[in-house]
This record gives sequence, C-alpha cells and structure tokens, in this order.
Amino acid sequence: MEQLKTIGRELAMGSQGGFGQSKEFLDLVKSIGESRSKAEEDRIVLSEIDILKRKLLEPDVPKRKMKEYIIRLVYIEMLGHDASFGYIHAVKMTHDDNLLLKRTGYLAVTLFLDEDHDLIILIVNTIQKDLRSDNYLVVCAALNAVCRLINEETIPAVLPQVVDLLNHGKEAVRKKAIMALHRFHRKSPSSVSHLVSNFRRKLCDSDPGVMGATLCPLFDLISEDVASYKDLVSSFVGILKQVTERKLPKSYDYHQMPAPFIQIKLLKIMALLSSGDKSASEMMYMVLGDLFRKCDSSTNIGNAILYECIRCISCIIPSPKLLEDAAEAISKFLKSDSHNLKYMGIDGLGRLIKISSDIAEQHQLAVIDCLEDPDDTLKRKTFELLYKMTKSSNVEVIVDRMIDYMISINDNHYKTEIASRCVELAEQFAPSNQWFIQIMNKVFEHAGDLVNIKVAHNLMRLIAEGFGEDDDDADNKLRLSAVESYLQIISEPKLPSLFLQVISWVLGEYGTADGKYSASYISGKLCDVADAYSSDETVKGYAVTALMKIYAFEIASWRKVDVLPECQSLIEELLASHSTDLQQRAYELQALLALDARAVESILPLDASCEDIEVDKDLSFLNGYIQQAIESGAQPYVSERERSGGMFETTDYHSQDHHEVTSHALRFEAYELPKPSVPSQASAALVPVPEPSYYSEPHQPISTSSSVSERESSEIKLRLDGVKQKWGRPSYQSSTSASSSTPPQAANGTSIRSDGGGVASSSSSKPRSSYESKKPEIDPEKQRLAASLFGGSSSSSRSDRKSSSGGHKPAKGTANKPATVPKENPIPVPDLLDFDEPTGTSDVAATDPFKELEGLMESSSQDGGGSTDVMGLYSTDASAPVKTTTSVDSLLSELSDSSRGTYHQSQTTKGPNSKEALEKDALVRQMGVNPTSQNPTLFKDLLG
Amino acid sequence: MYFQVQFVASVSAEEFTLLSSCFPRSCTFYLVLCINLFLFFLLAQESWVGVLYFQIHFVLLVSRQGKVRLTKWYSPYTQKERSKVIRELSGVILNRGPKLCNFIEWRGYKVVYKRYASLYFCMCIDEADNELEVLEIIHHYVEILDRYFGSVCELDLIFNFHKAYYILDELLIAGELQESSKKTVARIISAQDQLVEAAKEEASSISNIIAQATK
Repeated sequence: MEQLKTIGRELAMGSQGGFGQSKEFLDLVKSIGESRSKAEEDRIVLSEIDILKRKLLEPDVPKRKMKEYIIRLVYIEMLGHDASFGYIHAVKMTHDDNLLLKRTGYLAVTLFLDEDHDLIILIVNTIQKDLRSDNYLVVCAALNAVCRLINEETIPAVLPQVVDLLNHGKEAVRKKAIMALHRFHRKSPSSVSHLVSNFRRKLCDSDPGVMGATLCPLFDLISEDVASYKDLVSSFVGILKQVTERKLPKSYDYHQMPAPFIQIKLLKIMALLSSGDKSASEMMYMVLGDLFRKCDSSTNIGNAILYECIRCISCIIPSPKLLEDAAEAISKFLKSDSHNLKYMGIDGLGRLIKISSDIAEQHQLAVIDCLEDPDDTLKRKTFELLYKMTKSSNVEVIVDRMIDYMISINDNHYKTEIASRCVELAEQFAPSNQWFIQIMNKVFEHAGDLVNIKVAHNLMRLIAEGFGEDDDDADNKLRLSAVESYLQIISEPKLPSLFLQVISWVLGEYGTADGKYSASYISGKLCDVADAYSSDETVKGYAVTALMKIYAFEIASWRKVDVLPECQSLIEELLASHSTDLQQRAYELQALLALDARAVESILPLDASCEDIEVDKDLSFLNGYIQQAIESGAQPYVSERERSGGMFETTDYHSQDHHEVTSHALRFEAYELPKPSVPSQASAALVPVPEPSYYSEPHQPISTSSSVSERESSEIKLRLDGVKQKWGRPSYQSSTSASSSTPPQAANGTSIRSDGGGVASSSSSKPRSSYESKKPEIDPEKQRLAASLFGGSSSSSRSDRKSSSGGHKPAKGTANKPATVPKENPIPVPDLLDFDEPTGTSDVAATDPFKELEGLMESSSQDGGGSTDVMGLYSTDASAPVKTTTSVDSLLSELSDSSRGTYHQSQTTKGPNSKEALEKDALVRQMGVNPTSQNPTLFKDLLG
Repeated sequence: MYFQVQFVASVSAEEFTLLSSCFPRSCTFYLVLCINLFLFFLLAQESWVGVLYFQIHFVLLVSRQGKVRLTKWYSPYTQKERSKVIRELSGVILNRGPKLCNFIEWRGYKVVYKRYASLYFCMCIDEADNELEVLEIIHHYVEILDRYFGSVCELDLIFNFHKAYYILDELLIAGELQESSKKTVARIISAQDQLVEAAKEEASSISNIIAQATK
C-alpha cells in the first residue's frame, strides 16, 4: 500500500510535466484531497493562508516561487476562501515580461477580480501594452483578461487596440477580439455602436471559428433590433446550408455532426429573424426540412439540433410540412427512455402548442407519465406545460395538482413561482368564486409569505367588489362563505402574515355584515390574532383596524358597544406601543368609540370599501376661501422658490391665519411634507413643496363639488381624516371613511388594473386565441386525470359550483375580465362540439374512448345548469380508466418497443478496462479522491 | 419575458403600497405620482425586456464527495454567494438518481450537469437556453481535456487545475462558446505549452521565447 502511494505520488509529479510545483504544493493538494470533512479542509486551507501571507511578504521572492504562490492562491480561492491578500501579487505578475508568468498572472486576476474591483485600474495599462505585443499568445492572454475585467469606464482605453486586432493575422486573436467586442456591447452598447458593421464583415471571415464566434454578438444585436438585419436572412440560410452539407473543415465535426454548435447558433438567430415574417420564414423551409432529415436522433448532439429546430419552428411561420416534422421529433423525444429527451419533448410541446393545438392530444399519456415521474425537473417542466394548456374547463384539476405539488416542495424559489401561477390561473379561469376563494386560501395558507402582496389585495378587492354583477345576494353569500372559512382557519397556528392580513380585513369589513356572528365574537377572534402574532406589527395593525370597523358598524347601527376586556387591554397596550403606526390606530379606535353614531357612520360607512373617490388635486374648492382670506388681509401664496428669501412673511401669514386656515388645509400639507426636505414648518401649511411636480403630472380628474361638500360636512371627520391617513395601507383605506381612504384605494385599484391589463395583454393575448381552439384536445387528458386522480375532489368542487351559482360567474376582479370571459363561456359549446367530431375520428383508436367521454362531459358541464347529473356523469367518467387501460397499455408497450430500438444505441457502451485506467484509478483512490467503484475506467470509458 | 414583466409589475406594486403606507392617505398627489412612475417603469421595462441573452453563468466541477475541483464564474458573484451556490447545487446534484434528467431548475436558472466517473461537471445557463447543447458543450470540454491529458482522470484535474482553466478559457469566453473545433483548441494550447517548455529551458531569455512562439 505504501509502495502504491509512492508510485502515485511519482505519477502525479510526472503528470505535472515539470511545471515546478514544489512538494509543499503537492502536499497541500493531497492533504485537501484526503481530508474527510469540510472542517478539516477549512483548517488546512486556513493554515495555508497563513503560510502564504507570510511568504508573500518576504522580500525578493524568486519569480518562479511567486508563480507557485499565485497558483496556490487560486486554489484557495477556488475552495471558497478569501485570498484577497494576494490579489496585488497576481496583478504584479501580469506586468512581468516573461510570458509564462504573465499568463499565470492573467489567469489569476481573471479568477480573482471582477470588473468592478479597485485593482482593475492597475491592470488596464498592462493590458493596453500587451494588446500591442508581437507575440500572439500574449495578445490572447490579454484578450482573455479583457473579456473578464474591462468595465464600462475602461472600455475606451482598450477599444482602439481591440478593433485593430480584428484584422490580426492569427484567427485565434481575431476570434477573441470579436468576443471582447461582444462583451463591450453587452456592458455598454453605446460604446461600440459605431463598430457594429465589423460584426457583419467578420461573418465572412475565412476562418470558420471566427465566423462561429461572430454569431454570438450578432445574436445579441439581432435580438435588440430585428428589422435592420433582415437582409442577413439569406446569408444565414446559406451558411447553415453549407454547414449541413459539410463544407466546413472536418475538425469542426462533433460526433459525426458537421459543426453542430454553429448550426444551433444559426438556428437561434434565424428564429429571431424570421419570427412573424412570412417571407423570411419561407426561405428557411428548405434547410429546416433538410435538418430534420439529416439529424441523427441517436446522438445527443443530433437531438440538440432537432430541439433547436423545434424552437425555431415555434418562432417562425411554419409550413404544415415542417410542423409535421417537428411533431414527429417531439413524439420521438417523448417516447424515448431518456429523461433528458422527455424533458425536451415536454418543452417542445409547450412551444408548439401555441401554433398547433392538436399536437398535445397525441401525447396526453406521455404527459401524464411525466407528471407522475419521480424526477422533479421533469415534473416541473410538465407543470409548465399544463400551465400553458390551462383553460376554463381544466383549470380545477390543474390548479389542484399544482397546489398539491406546491405543498409538497420546500424550494422557496419554485414555490413562489408555482404559487403565482396558481393565482394567475385561478384569476383567469376560475369557474366559480367559491372555488377561487378556496384556492386562494390554500395558496395563502401554504405559501402565504411567498406570494406577492398584490395577490392579497386582489383577493380583498374581489371580496369587496363582488363579481361585477348586480347580484347583491350572491356577493353577500360569497362574503359570508369567506368569513366562515376564515373563522375556521383563523385558529390554526402559524398562519402566514399576509394571509392574516387578508383574514383580518375581511373579518373587519364583513364579519358582522349579515348578523350571523356577533360583534363580540368576531372582535374576540381579532384580539386573539393580535395576541398570537404580537411580533408582527402589520398583522396587529390590520387587526386593530378591523376592530375599529366592527365597533364603528355597531355604533352606526345604534347598538350598544361593549368592548371586550381583552380588547380593552389590547388597546391599552397599543396606546403605549413603540410603533407609531399601532399607537395611532389605537388612539383612533379610542376616539372613535367616544363618538356618536352619526359621526361614526360618516367616517366608516358600511361596505364602502369600493366607493370611488375623486380627488380635486388643484384644491380649487379652496379658491373662494383663499379669496376671502386675501380680501381680509392675508398674504397671497408665495411659491417655494420665491419664498426662499421671505421666510418671515410666510411665518407671519401662518400665524395670522393659523386658526382660520382650517384644519384640513393644515393637515393636508403637514403630512405631505415629510418626504421632501421640509423647508419650514410654517410653509408646510400652504401646499408648497411638491406642488411643481404634481402639476407636471396632471392625471386625476377634478371634481370640486364632492370634495367640498365632504369637507364641509363634518369637522370631526376631517380631523380624524388627517389622523387616519397616517396608517394608510391601501387595503384599509377602502374600508375607512370615504373621503380619506379612497384616494389610495382608487389609486391602488388603477394600478392593479393597469398592470393587470398589461399582464393580460402581454400574456393572454397569445394564449387566448389558442385556448379556445385548444379545448378539445386537452380535455381527455384532464378527464383521465380527473377520473383517475382527482375524481373525488374535482367532482365535488364542480357540484359545489353548480349548486352555489347555477353556472359560471364570469366576471372577476380584474378590469378586463368582464369583456373577455363572458365571451369565452358561450363559445366553447359549439366550438367544442365542432371540434370533437373531427378530432375524435382522426385520432388513433387508442384515444377514442376519451374523446367520447370528453364530448359528454363537455356538453354537460358547459351548458351550465345541469347540476343534477353531475355525479352520474362522474361515475361514468370514473369507469373510463377501466375501459381505456387496455388501450393505454398497448400503446405504452408500443412506445417502449419503438424507443428501445433507437435509444439503446445511444447509451454509452462501456469499453474494456485498460490497464492504464486501472492504474489511475488506484492512484485516485489512494490520493483520497474516492472514485466511484463501479466504473474504474473513468473518463476514458465514457469517451471511448 | 412575460414573467419578467409580471415581476416588475409586482415589485412596483409593492413599492407602491410601501410608499402609500408611508404617506397620509389624502396625499393623492403622491399616489398619482406613484402610479405614473409605476406605469413608466412598466413601459420602460417592456421595451427592453425583449432582449434575451443566452450565456453560461458559471462552470463548476465537483467531486462526488462535494469537493470543488474547478470553478469559473462568468457572472459576478461574491465569494459568499459562490460558496452558497456550490453548497446548494452540490447538495441537489449529488443526490440525484442516475436515471433522472441532467438538468435542474434552480433559482430561475437551469443547471446542466453531467457525471464523468466521480466528477460532476455543471454549467448554469439561462432558463430559455438549449440544455442539450450545453450538455454537449460539457462533453466537448471533457473530450478536449481527455485529448490533452491523455485519458484524463480526476487526479489530472486536481493537480493541473490551472491547465484545465487555460483550456476552458480557450473554449468559453465571457460565458459563450468561442471555439467548437477540438483541433483549434488543442493547437493553441500546445503552442502555449511549447512556450512554457521553452521558458523552462531558457527561463532568462525573453527574446528566445518570442522567437519560439512566433516560429
């Protein structure tokens, strides 16, 4: 054993090729290789850092030694430790004249530094010098550093040299110069905008490597500005044609494919160039068709090209023939045993589904298999596909599945994503409001801290606004059901903060609305919430405001209010809270309790959260008053600029009019000022600072009368107003007094609306058209899913919906919904039935039973009222799998048969164990690298 | 693309609520301002969101024991983030079964990995990139390493990690594949090595080195 170790050491030394690493370095690497734990490794590295720190400080370190130290630094840095103490030595090494050392220096700095590091400035000069060097290897090393280290400010320093190098004699230099320019372009497009023509010229470079590298910057340029590169389509098609015809040197072949990486790059570019362009697309038909024929789908690289073709086809305007080819390629992918190819197949399906909806239909089983696959990646991809296929008829099953999956995972990033998708789908396609609220509850419960706050506001708005119909009954029912569900959930431990906010708001707003629950019951619950989550101020704030609303409603309806003892203690606690926000809320609540019914009613009218309030931002209603004040001797308003000198006047003005300028004007400004730097307390009274900017953004419609009357109507209210504004979180505002609260609410509404519109226009415009026509083909799959997996839940939720509303209630929270959804609902019926027939007949026999069922299912569920035989339907539905399994099996076996043929070849064959490899393996073992036992031949086998 | 827009929208909505909660509610001016800003962001965002870059964000070589063998970062990451990324990814990748696909979705990116004997080669790419291609880039790199070291093994990479870096630099630059010909890469690497040999022999004489290289 000992002997083996020595041999290993010697071999290891030998493979250095005499690069002069010392024993110390080898020992370091070896000891790290042998370390058994991260802690041990860290210890070794830390002591190494100490040694290096000392050694680097020694005077007159020989250069070769220094080079080794630098490499040791790289090693340390690679292991995740900080080697910044040695950066400067690496920088110094780049100045060296010896190329060997210079190269090491450059390697080290590119690994150590990033473009914003302070030391960069010390390197720029060296780089400049090296770019002018006669030795092309020096130039290459410098260009490598340029690609990593040059930032926006230093681009001009090296740009001229780099441009000169575009015409260098060595192709390696030209290539790197292009990549450097490419990087400059990414960093700062303006710096190289005048050089764009160079890229075009380099496309015709005699060296294919340079041409291939040029495609990288061209891709970026084209993706920024498609129109000005349309003329290149024919050149790209020509190049691709030449590549596929093996016109490039043999050395570019990779696994018998001619220059596949260049092909892929070209396909990416062509997809960009001809997206939505009929004539450009047509130019590509030929070469794409050729690719489908020529690509060897038994190699990975062949499949990579096929996949890129599919992507390309999904972008351009394809011919039917190409679509067919693409569909065939996808089905090959899906039928393969390799998870990689399945993954690509699912992805391709998601892309093609936009163009040709009947593709997914043939692969429903494969899709479901992928959905149930233990491989998480594949599963997620499949969820993405489902997300793209969702429409109102299958939304329940899909969202249910998504939520189940969401609950099961821990990865917060993906959880957030899938939660937002659930919300989006639910908002877009919800069959009923109850269902929507249920889904929202689930999402909040399990991913509450991850979802966007906007979602919570949407939900509150939905509950508040109802559903755009004038059906108050249904709205009330919905609110009641929301309140009931929340009362159930509220006692569960550890709810997410956002969800609690929604709960508190809804309970405050509607908890006592229909008299089912008493005010003391609800307020007790709210106090519990405030107690249980005492560290969360936001929740507490929501709870207190909800309490206030409940008491306000009680007072307004002339009922006697008994404040619960725990509530009283809560208020008292909050009166002394460190949070000014909570404190203020508590004071307000206290003040409100002392008011009479009439006043309270106008502060917090019942169910007024959706009233729009128009704001007079010119304050024109004050004109009369101001006039009056001026007439009675007040100073006129002096703008901020003019005022800078005349501070006294304003103070005068202020003191003079203080009591009369009325509370509202005063308040108004006092709160407005904190943001901009306060010029003076006095001026605060007078609309001053932000004024100019407001005028530059005139948007809000002006209505004098309403605000005037409101302001005049109640003094008290105004006072409270000013106070209440302080805590304005958009959601509360809605509930509080109309005058104060609604501006933000309305604003919030518009913001959501506008962005909802934006989102919808960007997202739904594309899927919308396809969703409608897509109906027939996904349904069978959904049915299978529904029947085999979610028969219970989906049927229950379905009947639920029927009984509750007797049909779809289309309008949803978002403003554009009423327009689109109702339109969608009636359409499916004829659409579906029309579509069913042809697809049913054209489809393979294996899927026929699905079709029929789906027809049944669809017609009954779509004509709305038929709640009676839902259960019956489902029972027939449930028998579906029984009927179909046989055909399923046969299909599957077919699949596996066919795929076995092709894909077994692609599996890597294990070569014979060569002696050399065995030796190496032994070496590896005793060096502590622990290779896998089952494959001692290591790389060679895999590559052989 | 669409998601980005949505994300921006949500962020600004959050900012918006934040802002609106900081200010008294009657300050509609602020709110109007916010909305305008928000819309502006939305539009501005949409105009450049159309640009999609594909690139490799980092390359990672990890042994089966989770030991780092090589790291190359093309996008900026701090040392802390790097360790976190490595920890996170090696945790996920090393625990994946052999039959599963070679891609994982990770923090909105995709990581393509391939195992060669006891070594995992990982590359992180954008979500919309072609995974199979990247898989082949990995393989391409391994083939070049293999040709260079002559049936490469993990040990070669452990002791000669700097050479693996040099080779990687010839293959990828700024996260893009710069050279797809094995021969070209081999040629330039060997030119550099000759230089090194020369330097070893006549370390003192710079002129000789240049003569060698330009020969």
